[in-house]
Amino acid sequence: MNHQGAKRWLFISIAIAVGISLFSDQFNRYYLGIAIDCGIAIILATSLNLVNGHTGQFSLGHAGFMAVGGYAAAKFSLVVVPLTPPELQPLIFVAALILGGLLAALAGLIVGVPSLRLRGDYLAIVTLGFGEIIRVIVQNMESVGAASGLKGIPKFTTFGWTFVLVGITIYVIASLVNSTYGRGFIAVNDDEVAASSMGINPVRYKVTAFVAGAFFAGIAGGLYAHHKQFLAPTGFDFFKSVDIVVMVVLGGMGRTAGVVLAAILLTLLPEFLRQFSDYRMIIYALLIIGLMLLRPQGLFTLSGKKKGAKA
Amino acid sequence: MDWFLQQSVNGLALGSIYALIALGYTMVYGVLRFINFAHADILMLGAYAAFFLAPVVHPIIPLPSFTGAIVIMALSAAICAIIGIVIELLAYRPLRNRPRLTVLITAIGVSLFIEFTCQHEAVFGAATRAFPPLMPAADFKLGNIIISSNDIVVVVTTILLLFALWFIVQRTRIGTAMRAVSFNQQAASLMGINISRIISFTFALGSALAAIAGILYAMRAPGIEPLMGMQPGIRAFVAAVLGGIGNLPGAAIGGLIIGLLETFAGGTPGLSNYRDGIAFAILILILLFKPAGILGKATVEKV
Repeated sequence: MNHQGAKRWLFISIAIAVGISLFSDQFNRYYLGIAIDCGIAIILATSLNLVNGHTGQFSLGHAGFMAVGGYAAAKFSLVVVPLTPPELQPLIFVAALILGGLLAALAGLIVGVPSLRLRGDYLAIVTLGFGEIIRVIVQNMESVGAASGLKGIPKFTTFGWTFVLVGITIYVIASLVNSTYGRGFIAVNDDEVAASSMGINPVRYKVTAFVAGAFFAGIAGGLYAHHKQFLAPTGFDFFKSVDIVVMVVLGGMGRTAGVVLAAILLTLLPEFLRQFSDYRMIIYALLIIGLMLLRPQGLFTLSGKKKGAKA
Repeated sequence: MDWFLQQSVNGLALGSIYALIALGYTMVYGVLRFINFAHADILMLGAYAAFFLAPVVHPIIPLPSFTGAIVIMALSAAICAIIGIVIELLAYRPLRNRPRLTVLITAIGVSLFIEFTCQHEAVFGAATRAFPPLMPAADFKLGNIIISSNDIVVVVTTILLLFALWFIVQRTRIGTAMRAVSFNQQAASLMGINISRIISFTFALGSALAAIAGILYAMRAPGIEPLMGMQPGIRAFVAAVLGGIGNLPGAAIGGLIIGLLETFAGGTPGLSNYRDGIAFAILILILLFKPAGILGKATVEKV
């Protein structure tokens, strides 16, 4: 997607966000809730797409960054909200989201700097391991409810907030990738050795992508926390990370529009499959296998050209 | 001191199981260069195979008995070997020349497929089932240390299987072919080796070991359920990386180290809650400081 396209996305999503939130009282709460789920999924998938799709690093720990952001934002809100007057609450929400994003970015930096020297499936395993470590830590932290979870998080997330953030996420990531600096991500993805011989420092680019991806995953975590009003460590396990990876793969790695569609599709799919809930995960698994066998370039990629998937 | 010895005994038994599972990861990685996520589920299928075989075998060879246990282990291993071959044939073979990432994601899909199919009511159901005693068990006391016969069986079985595997890989024709394929697939095929057959054989061997490891694991654990493979599977994978993935003795050593560390951490107050994270912490440390593993050789990427 070019820069103009990115700008259009930003305006479209903000317009939709503002438009719908004006009438949000007239919408069915259930549908609004699902729409917010879709928005959160879009932020997660596009941010992972920066890492997996554009930069070609296979990360399996995105749920871990989401957890860091979600727990940090939720804890912040829980502590600060009782101390402040109601009219300041939107500000608290913004602060909570930014705090969550920054902490997740910090976690991304801590994991990224040392481990991005590794390639391919080693990186996948380190990030998987990192996600699990985060889960084990929150599971043992009494201050965030340990295994029984964090309850009573104020409900701040609305349709408007979510889709404004969706727009900003897509815009920032698309602009980043399309900037002169961002061409480095794609160069690193295409051929690391060649890129480094052209004076690009692959590790620096990978870390930048990783930290930026983690930041937005943290924001998504904050939105999620203030949407569901409840966080449990089990919600951020390996399956959650796989979910996000599948969105990126299904959409076609490195293809923003495809990834957005895939995020929406995969969030709606469980709702449609509700009456087949026993078979839901089986169908999901078959979808992954079938897709890899038949359309590894992603479902929403028109050209047959294979791009981006390297290990 | 007693505490230390007791934990060592438990850790060795657990580590032996991890070692057996790790061998499967390492063999597949050695030949195909990808992580077979479904390996952990083969382990679970092995335990279930034994669970369902036990009542069938019982009228012929009364259980618990060592003969019966060996028969059940052999049959389960054979079943899982076939499952391993089928998985490779259906899911991985069509992807042989695709990027490794594609294969990795497929493996995750296969793993999810097995787990959730088995959780379905029509298959095994999600509930935990009690694993039947396959062999007579007794506890021996050495001073204050309790050694269960199961632990001895686990360690002895692992040692025997390790030697059998070493013999197959180092001393037989098919083992030589495996090493050749692992070294350079194209060159091996030019020398007249049937690559597909070797890969099938590798999967069969790894899956058979996983099945036996699954039965041994189930004998120590209180029950079996469709997700039982995940935790030991992940730890065994870490063990394989720790030892240097693709390296058979490395996998065995890695398994023992992880088993021992985990048991010691589990027995230490304050650390016990974090035992699930320990394998990963080790993994991250090892990858940072010695990415090729303890016995692995660092490779230089060719341009």
